[in-house]
Amino acid sequence: MGVKLLLEKAHVEGIRSYEVYRREGGYRSVEKAIKTMGPEAIVEEVKKSGLRGRGGAGFPAGMKWSFIAKPEGVPRHLVCNADESEPGTFKDRYLMEFIPHLLIEGLIVSSFALGSNNTYIYIRGEYAWIVDILEQAIGEAKANGFLGKNILGSGFDCEIHVQRGAGAYICGEETALIESLEGKRGNPRIKPPFPAIQGVWQRPTVVNNVETLAAVVPIINMGGEEYAKIGVGKSTGTKLMSACGNINKPGVYEIDMTISVEEFIYSDEYCGGIANGKRLKACIPGGSSVPILPANLLLKTAKGETRYMNYESLSDGGFATGSMMGSGGFIVLDEDQCVVKNTYTFARFYRHESCGQCSPCREGTGWMEKLLYRLEKGQGKSSDIDLLWDIQRKIEGNTICPLGDAAAWPVAAAIRHFRDEFEWHVTHAAEAQTRNFGLAHYADPIHVPTTV
Amino acid sequence: MSEQPLFKVTIDNITIEVPAGTTILNAARKIGGDVAPPAMCYYSKLQGSGGKCRTCLVEVSKGSEKDPRPMPKLVASCRTTVMDGMEVKNITSPKVLDARAGVVEFLLLNHPLDCPVCDQAGECHLQDLSYEHGKEGTRYEFQRRTFKKHNIGPYIQLHMTRCILCYRCVFVADQLTAKREHGILDRGDHSEIATMIEKSLESDFIGNVIDVCPVGALTDKTFRFKNRVWFLKPMDAHRDCPTCSGKVTLWNRGDEVFRVTARKDEWGEVENTEDGKPAWICNTCRFEKKQTSDWVIEGPRMISRQSVISQGHYAGNIGMHKPNETFSAVHGGRQPKLMMDIHTASEVNKPNIELSLINGPAHSTDFNSKKD
Repeated sequence: MGVKLLLEKAHVEGIRSYEVYRREGGYRSVEKAIKTMGPEAIVEEVKKSGLRGRGGAGFPAGMKWSFIAKPEGVPRHLVCNADESEPGTFKDRYLMEFIPHLLIEGLIVSSFALGSNNTYIYIRGEYAWIVDILEQAIGEAKANGFLGKNILGSGFDCEIHVQRGAGAYICGEETALIESLEGKRGNPRIKPPFPAIQGVWQRPTVVNNVETLAAVVPIINMGGEEYAKIGVGKSTGTKLMSACGNINKPGVYEIDMTISVEEFIYSDEYCGGIANGKRLKACIPGGSSVPILPANLLLKTAKGETRYMNYESLSDGGFATGSMMGSGGFIVLDEDQCVVKNTYTFARFYRHESCGQCSPCREGTGWMEKLLYRLEKGQGKSSDIDLLWDIQRKIEGNTICPLGDAAAWPVAAAIRHFRDEFEWHVTHAAEAQTRNFGLAHYADPIHVPTTV
Repeated sequence: MSEQPLFKVTIDNITIEVPAGTTILNAARKIGGDVAPPAMCYYSKLQGSGGKCRTCLVEVSKGSEKDPRPMPKLVASCRTTVMDGMEVKNITSPKVLDARAGVVEFLLLNHPLDCPVCDQAGECHLQDLSYEHGKEGTRYEFQRRTFKKHNIGPYIQLHMTRCILCYRCVFVADQLTAKREHGILDRGDHSEIATMIEKSLESDFIGNVIDVCPVGALTDKTFRFKNRVWFLKPMDAHRDCPTCSGKVTLWNRGDEVFRVTARKDEWGEVENTEDGKPAWICNTCRFEKKQTSDWVIEGPRMISRQSVISQGHYAGNIGMHKPNETFSAVHGGRQPKLMMDIHTASEVNKPNIELSLINGPAHSTDFNSKKD
C-alpha cells in the first residue's frame, strides 16, 4: 500500500460534512498555519516540500507563490483552477465531490500565505452539482469561523467564491481562466505580464490546480521536509491519477510516485490489468495532450530501464521516446484500439476547443482534424501523413497559449510511434474499414522507433 | 517628462537605440524596410491589439546584456518589449521564415481568395503578405469554411469568409465608440465577427473599422463595387467637421469622390494629427460627404511607389490630370465594337491566315516573325 495523503479519509462516511471532517482531523493545518506560522513560513514550507503543480505543467508551486508581486494597497488573489477539462482527467472532480473540505482547507491556508482576501474557485460548467457541494462546504467553514472576517482571531479576512465556467476547455489555461472570471471572453492573454504581476483585474494573482491546493494541507500538517521524503527525486508527495480506458478497474488512484508503470497498470491495487484478457497496445499517461506511447516504450525507457510513474521517468527520453506526467489522465488502449481513430478524436476535440485567437491553432487544428478524418475513413493519401507532421510542427511553439502545443503533441507522437499504422490506413484502405491494425510490434521488447 | 533610458537593440545585425518600453516591432519599424516584420493584427493606435496573427514572430537570439540567454520560443515582436543589448533575428533567421511561411499558409487556408471581386484588393495586407511570404498553390484540399451572412447596416459590408480574426475592429469599437455592438461569436475556426442578434452598426466612429480591417472583411458599403482602388486618385483633403478632425483622404476619379478614408501611413495605420492623436474620422465625413465641394483639397497623397495604387497616377511625380472618360477616348478613338477586329489590327498575326481554320495548333510560323 502506498502512502495516501489526499484520499486517505475520502471514504469515511459523511466526510463531506464539516463535523465528520473536523473529527477526522480536518482544519488542523489552518490552525497551525494561522496561529504558529506566518505567510512567509508557509511559502517556505511549500518550497521545501518540492510540490509541483498538478495541473499539467508541473511547475514548482512554492516558486510560483514566491513570484507574486506585492505592491502596497493592491489586493492579491488566489484562484483555484477547477476547470478540469482535459480528456481523460477526472481527479479534481473526485476530490471535490468526495472530500470538499480538503480543498477549502487548502484554499484557506494558501490564501493566508498569499494574502488573498477574496479567493475564487473557477469550476467548469459541467460540474454543476459540485458547485453546490463546495458552496455548502464553504458555508460550513464560515459558520465555524474558518472563513469570513477575522479567521481564528488572526485579523485575516478571507472569502471564497465559486464561479462556474461555461464549458470551454480553453478556460483551464490560467490567463483565459482569468479573463473568463472577469466576465470576458475566455481568450488567453499574451504573456508577459504574467498573472503573478497582473492577473484578475490587473491585480497580482496565483492560479493553482485543485490538487495542488489540496496538497498544501498535508504539507503544513507534516512539514515540507517530511512531505518531500515521499516520492522520488523532484517528484515529491503523492499524485492523483485518473485511470481510464481498457483496464479492469478505472478510477482515481493516489500514488506516491515510486511505483512502476507496469505495476500501476497490472497490479490489483491499481488498474488491475487490461480488461477482457487483451494485451496492452498504447497508453497516454497524462491526459489527452501528452504524447502517446506504445506499450514497449511505456513500460521501459529507450535505454531499457523500467519506467516509473513520476515526472522525470515518464518524460525520460524527451518527446522522441518519452511522454509527460501531465495532469494524470492515464488512458490505456488495448490491442483492439485504432491509434488513427484515437488521434482523430483528439484532433476533433482540439479543433472544437481552440479559442480562435491566433492563426496557427485556429486554422491548423481544423486542418489536422480533416486530414485525420480522411485517413481514418480510408480516403487518405500517404502524403497526408507528412503533411500532418508539417502542420503540427508549424503549430507547436508558435501560439499564444499551450493549447496549440497540446493539439500538436498527440498528432506528432502518434505519427512518430505509429507511422506504420497510419500508412496501413492508406495502403489497406478497404481493410482498415473492417478491422483494426491490432497490436503489431508495439509491445515487442526494446523496439526503438525512428524519429522523423 | 522624465528622461527615458535608451536601450540598444540589434535587429538583423542593424543596431538602433530606442526608448525603454518600445516593442521589437516598433524598433524594427524605425529601421524600416525588410527588417520590419509584417503585422496583420497589431495596430499601434489600438491599445491591446497584437499578438494574435503570429506573422510578426521573431527569434530573440540574445535576451539582453544582463541575461544573454536566448528566448526558447519565437516571440511575437509586436508584444515583446526590447531589453538593453537584445539581439533579434527576423529575416536572418531560417526558423522565423519557416514559421512565417506556416502562418501565411494558415491565414490563407480558409481565405476565399476572391481578390478579383474584393474591394480591398490593391490595399489588402493579406495580399501583400502572401506576395511576400506565400507559396504558389495550396496543400489544403477541403472545402473552405463559409458563414451565414449578417447584415450589419447601411454603411459597412461584412464578408466573414475573408476575415482573419485580428480583433482590430473589436478594439476600435471598444476604444472609439460609446458601446461596442459587435464582437466575436463562438470560438475556434467557427468563430465569427457578428452582432448579437442582427444589429446594424451605426455608432458615430464605427466606420473606422473599415480602415483598420487588414483584409476585405469589413468594407465600405457606399463604395461597394464602384471602382478598383488603383483606378482612383487619392488626395488629401479636409473639412471643418464638428465631430472629428476632418482630415481625410479622398479617393477620386476626375471630380467625382468615390470614397473617403482616413489618412494612412506607410504601415497602413491611421496617421496622427498635429496633436499626436490618431486622426480617426467620423461616419459623416466618411459616408455622407461625397461631393468635391464638401472638401478643401490639399493635394495628391503620396503613395508608395511599390503600391499598385500609385501606378500610372504620378508619372510626372506630382500634378493631377483628368482621366480620359469615355471608352473611345481611352482607346484612341476606336469604338468598342471595333475591338472585334483585333485579329486584323494586330501586328502579331498574319492578316492572311485565319487562325481558327488552320489544321492543328498554331505554330510560330503562323504568326508574324519578330520585326527588327
